[in-house]
Parts: sequence; structure tokens; C-alpha cells
Amino acid sequence: MENVVNAFKKIFDKKHRGRTVSYLIVFAAYILCEVMMLTGNMTSQIRNLLIPCCSYIVASLALNLCVGFSGELSLGHAGFLGVGAFSGAVISGLLVDTIPSGVVRLILAMLVAAALNALLGFLIGIPVLKLQGDYLAIVTLAFCQIIKSLINNIYLGYDNNGIQFSFVENKLALGEGAHTLISGPMGVTGSQRISNFTVGIVLIIIALVIIYNMMYSRNGRAIMAARDNRIAALSVGINVTDTKMLAFVISAALTGAAGALYGLSFSSLSPAKFDFNLSILILVYVVLGGLGNVTGTIIATVILYVLPEMLRSLQDYRMLIYAVILIAIMLITNNQKFIVLSNQFSEKMRNLFKKKGAENHE
Amino acid sequence: MVFFSYLISGIGLGSVYAIIALGYTMVYGIAKMLNFAHGDVIMVGAYVAFFMLSRFGLPVIPSVLITILATTLLGVTIERLAYKPLRNASKLSVLITAIGVSYFLQNGAQLLWTSSPKIFTSIVGNGSLSLFGGSLTVDYATLLTILVCIIVMVALTLFINHTSTGRAMRACSEDQGAAQLMGIDVNKTISITFAIGSGLAALASVLLCSKYPSISPTLGSMPGIKAFTAAVFGGIGSIPGAFIGGLILGIIENLSKAYISTQLSDAIVFAVLIIILLIKPTGLLGKPMSEKV
Amino acid sequence: MSNMEKPVLKVDNLGIDFGGLTAVNNFSMEVYPNEIVGLIGPNGAGKTTVFNMLTKVYQQSRGTIILNGQDTDKLDTVATSKLGFARTFQNIRLFSNLSVLDNVKLGMHNSTNYSLIDGILRLPKYYSEEKKADEKAMDLLKIMSLDEYADIAAGSLPYGAQRRLEIARALATDPKILLLDEPAAGMNPQETEELMAMIRFVRDHFHIAVLLIEHDMRLVMGICERIYVLNYGMLLAKGTPDDIQNNTEVIKAYLGD
Repeated sequence: MENVVNAFKKIFDKKHRGRTVSYLIVFAAYILCEVMMLTGNMTSQIRNLLIPCCSYIVASLALNLCVGFSGELSLGHAGFLGVGAFSGAVISGLLVDTIPSGVVRLILAMLVAAALNALLGFLIGIPVLKLQGDYLAIVTLAFCQIIKSLINNIYLGYDNNGIQFSFVENKLALGEGAHTLISGPMGVTGSQRISNFTVGIVLIIIALVIIYNMMYSRNGRAIMAARDNRIAALSVGINVTDTKMLAFVISAALTGAAGALYGLSFSSLSPAKFDFNLSILILVYVVLGGLGNVTGTIIATVILYVLPEMLRSLQDYRMLIYAVILIAIMLITNNQKFIVLSNQFSEKMRNLFKKKGAENHE
Repeated sequence: MVFFSYLISGIGLGSVYAIIALGYTMVYGIAKMLNFAHGDVIMVGAYVAFFMLSRFGLPVIPSVLITILATTLLGVTIERLAYKPLRNASKLSVLITAIGVSYFLQNGAQLLWTSSPKIFTSIVGNGSLSLFGGSLTVDYATLLTILVCIIVMVALTLFINHTSTGRAMRACSEDQGAAQLMGIDVNKTISITFAIGSGLAALASVLLCSKYPSISPTLGSMPGIKAFTAAVFGGIGSIPGAFIGGLILGIIENLSKAYISTQLSDAIVFAVLIIILLIKPTGLLGKPMSEKV
Repeated sequence: MSNMEKPVLKVDNLGIDFGGLTAVNNFSMEVYPNEIVGLIGPNGAGKTTVFNMLTKVYQQSRGTIILNGQDTDKLDTVATSKLGFARTFQNIRLFSNLSVLDNVKLGMHNSTNYSLIDGILRLPKYYSEEKKADEKAMDLLKIMSLDEYADIAAGSLPYGAQRRLEIARALATDPKILLLDEPAAGMNPQETEELMAMIRFVRDHFHIAVLLIEHDMRLVMGICERIYVLNYGMLLAKGTPDDIQNNTEVIKAYLGD
């Protein structure tokens, strides 16, 4: 009995509280959504948002690993999402006859997308992470543009005779049993929507396990140390470049899996979607959720993703309001008076709780 | 000869990038921030010029002057309201704010002027200059762009190097704290930098739209990103770097459109950027930074 | 101290130029095991530059650095740490957002022996190694009287405690030689007194050599067994505290001409 109590105490102690809350939120949200779906209380509008929302949560968790924990700004995570979405769609399309099970294909697609992105992240990281400064931001920005324009020019399909591929111009001449996988600027059309919400939730949990467990291990500590003070990290024998590489590659891989989940939740997919604005969108989730704050990232992503969709009735004013809110939040949270006031407030709250705690003990 | 005509139009495009890149590079050099809303200031400039020229039928010179006035005011206002309160905030907060401003301008423009494109009439007409018995033609818009870019570069270099305001700007970009101790009004200097950058944006918008006449609320995004790339290319913070970076970028873009593939020209431009950064991380003319231990 | 022993650190004709300007030149020194050695000199004499060369933050232009018989010429900062250099910094460099305990555990980064997979999947090795690291880190924190602060962010420690934490972190790397860059800077006389006792204790407890840069002459003369004096990047004098205190060259360098 005492063991159980101690285990419980540990789960909710100061160090682990954030982690416990994150997991609880995800489980609660899952159960709530499932119940609403079963009882028919969920509009199809919201239902359609569920899987993309899971993808965005994973992508922003991954970006937070890079920007928040590792301290390296990436403006190219849309590129990783794009690579994930398109490679996922290709894998699923290629295996559509061999593996009938949608879930198996989805998982395979996510694995391949993650591996491909890990490789890409590694290749980008080799030259860039040695450098100090905003280089990763600039190079990933360029990477995202390159990826978008490359995918825009890919024509891929297969027929009974095998796979056909052409670049820039559509030279596909598919015969019997033709399947077009990617057709240039049109992107993917008519693919099976095999993503499902449960897999999305599982992916979020996996991302949480990886991020939390890593951050409480030697590798995670090294990632944060390299961010906080590069020279000091080197001086205690931490290879800063390798450490940043680890964070970046894992971030890229998770974003890839999220991309595959995202891509396979639509029947068509255009490369133009994965542009600079998408990178920024995810970055906004991360910054508003809090750098290095996992729970905050999840909440910010859900609110900021679902809210604008709900505000569709405001139509044209929607993005204008969004912009104003964005600027206002930045100005308010960086306002000296506000910072002082909020510190005073949290101090007061803490004292209040302490007093209560003390009374309870008596 | 065909090559030369591509080269010249590349230089023309590059000149526009160079003028826009100046806005990025000066602001980065002094305020150490990436002003992602700069491209959208160009878009607003394009609309203002369009209304002056086409709707109100004003002559070219007053139209351009009013446009410069408008973007300068816009730039300074943005700086005052959105960036100045964040002088001591983290870089990311400033970046997100700049993005917020960018969204605001784009969506504001969409509400005011709708997303359907408007057609800009070139301020120098659509004629072109025929050289070598017609084997090489250069349109007036390109010629004007190159000319304006050269004038801007010379004027700006003189201004930075030979006026007290220019000196204050250089001092702030070296070390804001020390500049302040020397009695330089850092806030005022940053405002002036924004004013100059935004004023140049007006010129860029008129020149850009004289060549590519379709204007829409998202007009500024791509030239903005490219010009930012040009600034990094040349070494962010360096004024001659922005000039050279812009020109090279324009030339590469145009030549790859002509000889490799129109669709892949963006990919090529950004790939060259990555390669340059790998070889020379500070850009072509950038100064290396070092941390004191 | 006996000169019969082999020096743990041997520096020969060390020199470095920054863009044509010679910051340190022809500097040689030895530090023997279990010795506390001072490196002093006026501001800008090149003391911290010597530390930066020892730990390869800067690569020297000339000369050799040998730690424990091994030439460090081809090494980088990470490798010098693994070889046995540990240091603190003049302008404190802690991992300020991480807890005090984690700061010390980061010093054990290379001696904590489990893989990324062990960490992510929480395999038994993770728990056993983390437990070992926690225990060792707590021991070090106790020595530095920082154990009560273990869970708070390093950046919110008072100044003197931050300096002690830097020493604890450096010790966690199991160094052969501890380089302290102005450990008493900003401390009041009482804190300095405690620091002196602590440096001696560290030397005796961990059997390591200590090389320290310091301006507080009471500390230097009080605990250093030998002293090197740098001026304008060159060795001005070396010897016991008594020698140095009576050296006219040194007095002149400090007081000006």
C-alpha cells in the first residue's frame, strides 16, 4: 500500500507533474472524442479535424524538441511534413494491393517517412549544426523551398509492368493496372484515407514517451546543456554538435511520421500546402505553447488549430483577428509590468497553497 | 546574344532583390531582427502606387513620392507599435511578432482590396530598347530598375559613411550598448533604419510591378523570402553584401529559368544559397562573429 | 611537493596570436600532482587565454601542452575534458535553466554509461546508472554545501553558490587538474575564507592538482604552493609566494612604473 502511495506521490511531484498532466490530457481527450463519436455527438466538421490535429500536435512537439529543448530555430519543418506526407502516400499507394490492411500500411508509411526524414535531417545537420548562429533557420527555410519545388515536379506511377518516374515533365505512360501516385503540382490524388484517430493518439503518446524519457536521461540533459551554454557543455566533455544532431534528427523523424499520418488522412494532397507559412504555423504553436513546455505545446496546438476552424463564420476577419491576437500575446507576455504582475500573482498563489498545506498538516 | 538578354533581365530582377534585401540587411544589422513583414510592406506599396497611378491618375513622380511616404510611415508605425516594445525580448518573440504583422498586412489587404489581382501599369511603358540592330532588346522597366538600384547603392553608401546619422547607424550595429554610452539615441537610429528600409520598399514595389504587373495581397511573400536569401547570401548586415547577393540571386534565377527549368529555378536558387553558406558561413561579405570566453 | 615526481601538466613555449597581435608568448609551466598553483598577473596579461588554450577553446599558435604524458595538440575541447582538464569560468557559465543537481550530473555525462535506447525505453541500466549518478552528484553537492539547493534552477542560485556549483560540476568530470578562473571574484572576505578551505579540501579529498587564476592576493598567497606571474603575455616570474611577494619586477608590474 505504501508503495502505491509513494509511486503516486512520485508521479505528481514537482519534477514529474508536467509529464503526468500531458499523458492524462491526451488520454482524456481520446476517451472524450471516442465517446462523442460513439454517441453521435460529434459534428463531422470536428471529426475531420481530429487526425490533422494529432499530426500537428506531433509536429509541434517535434519542433519544440528542436527549438525549445535544443535551442536551434528551424523554419523548415513544413518541408519535413511534406516529405513525410508524400513518401507516406507513395508507400501506401505502392502497397495497396499487397497489404490490404489500412492500419498496417499506415504504420509502414509512418516508419518509412520517419526514416527518410531522419536521413534528411542528418544530411542537413552535418554541415549546419557545426556552425553557431541562425544558420539552421536559414538552411531549413531554403530546404523547405527546395522540397516544395522538387515535389512539384515529380511524376510517379506504376502499372503491371512496374514503377515509372519522371521529373519536371510528365512522361508517364502507364498501361494496364495503372496507378498514378504523384502528378507534379497536382500532388497526390485519389489515395485511400487510411489514417485513423487511434493511430494518431498512439503517435502522440510515442512522441511524448520519446521526448519526456529522453529529456530525463543523459542525452536530454546534454541537449539542454548545449542550448544553455555551449562552451560550458564542451568543457564538461559534451559533444555539442552530436547532441544537437540527435535532437534535430529525432525532431525530423517524428515530423515525418506526423506528415505521413497527415497525408494519409486526405484523399488528395497538393505540394503547395507545405510552404513557409506551414512552418510558421507550427512555430507559432510552439512559441505560444512555451519553449520546452510539452503540455503547453499540446494545448496551444489544439486551441490554435481548432479555434480558427471554428471561427470560419467570421470568414475574412478570421486571419486578421488571428494576427492581432498573435501580436498582442507577444507584446503582453514581454511587457515588463505584466511579467512583474504575473510573478507576484504566482508567488501569492504559492504562498496560499503553502499556508493551506501547513494548516492541513496541523 | 540571347544569353546577354537573359543576363540583363537577371540583373534587373537582381536589382529589385538588392533593393529589398537592403531593408532586411539594415534592420538585421542594427536591430538584430528578421523583419519578416518587410515583403508585405512592399505589397502595400504596390497597392498605394497602383491607386495613385491608375485610380487617381496622378503623374509618375508624385505617385512614387506618395508611395515612398506611405511605406515609410507604415514601416515606422510598425516599428513603434510592434517591435519597439520588444527591444529586450527574445529573438523568437520578435520573429513571431514580425510574422503576426505580416499576416495582419496580408489579410488587411485582402479585406480592403480583395484577393483578385489588379493590373499595374508600368511607369515607363512597355517599350524596350533595341541594341545591336535588334539582336538584343532590353525593356525600359529593366533599365530603370538597374539605374535606380545603382543610384540607391551609391546614395546609401555615401549616407552611411559620410553623415552623422550614418555613423550612428554603424555604431549601433557594432555595439548598441557602447553606442548608447557615446550619447547616440539608439531608438531613434533604429526608427531611421526602418524608415529608410521601408522607403526603399516603395521603390522596390514600383519597379517590381512595372516588370511583373499583377498585384495581389500575397505579392510580397516570395520576393521577400528571396531578398532575405539574397541578404544572407551577401552576408547579413552588410550593405554591399545585399547588393551583390541580390544581383547574383537574380542572375542565377533568370539563367536557370532560361537554361535549366522554370519550375526548378526556385530549388536551384535555394540550393546555391545552401552551398554558399556551407563554403562561407558568414555569406560573401559578412563578418565572422566570435564569442568571448 | 617534490620535483622528483612527474608533472601532471607540462606546458612548453606556449604562444598564441590574434590577427598579428601576440597575446601570449613563450609561456612554460609545470604543475605537479596534488599541487595548488596560482597564475596571476595584471588585467589583460593573458591568464584566461592560457586557460582557453589548455582547454582548446583556442588552438595555440606555438608550443605544446602535455597532460599526464599526452600531447593535446590534436585534441578539441571535448577531448581535453575526457583527458582530465576541468575548468570554471571567469564569467560564470552554468546551465542556468537546469537544476543544480542536473548541472553536476552533466559533469558526469561521459561516465554515465547507458545508451539513448536505454534512456527512452527506461531499461534497467538507465535506473542503475542514474542512481549512481544521483548519488555521486549529491556527494559533490554536499561537499560544496549545495545539497539543499539540488532541485532548484542553477540560474536562481546566489552568486557565491553559483561559483561553487561550477566547481562541483568541474569535479564531476573526474579531472586530473582543476582550472579555476577567478573563483573568489565577487565574494566577501568570509566567503573567500571558506573558499580557500574548500579548495584545499578538494585537493586533498580528490588528489588532484589545482591551477587557479585569481586577483585576491590573500587567497593566492594563502593557498598556492607555487605561483606563475604573467605580464603582457610573457612569464614575468615564478616561485613560492614568498619569492613572488618580494620580487621587484612583480611589484613594478602591479603598481605600474
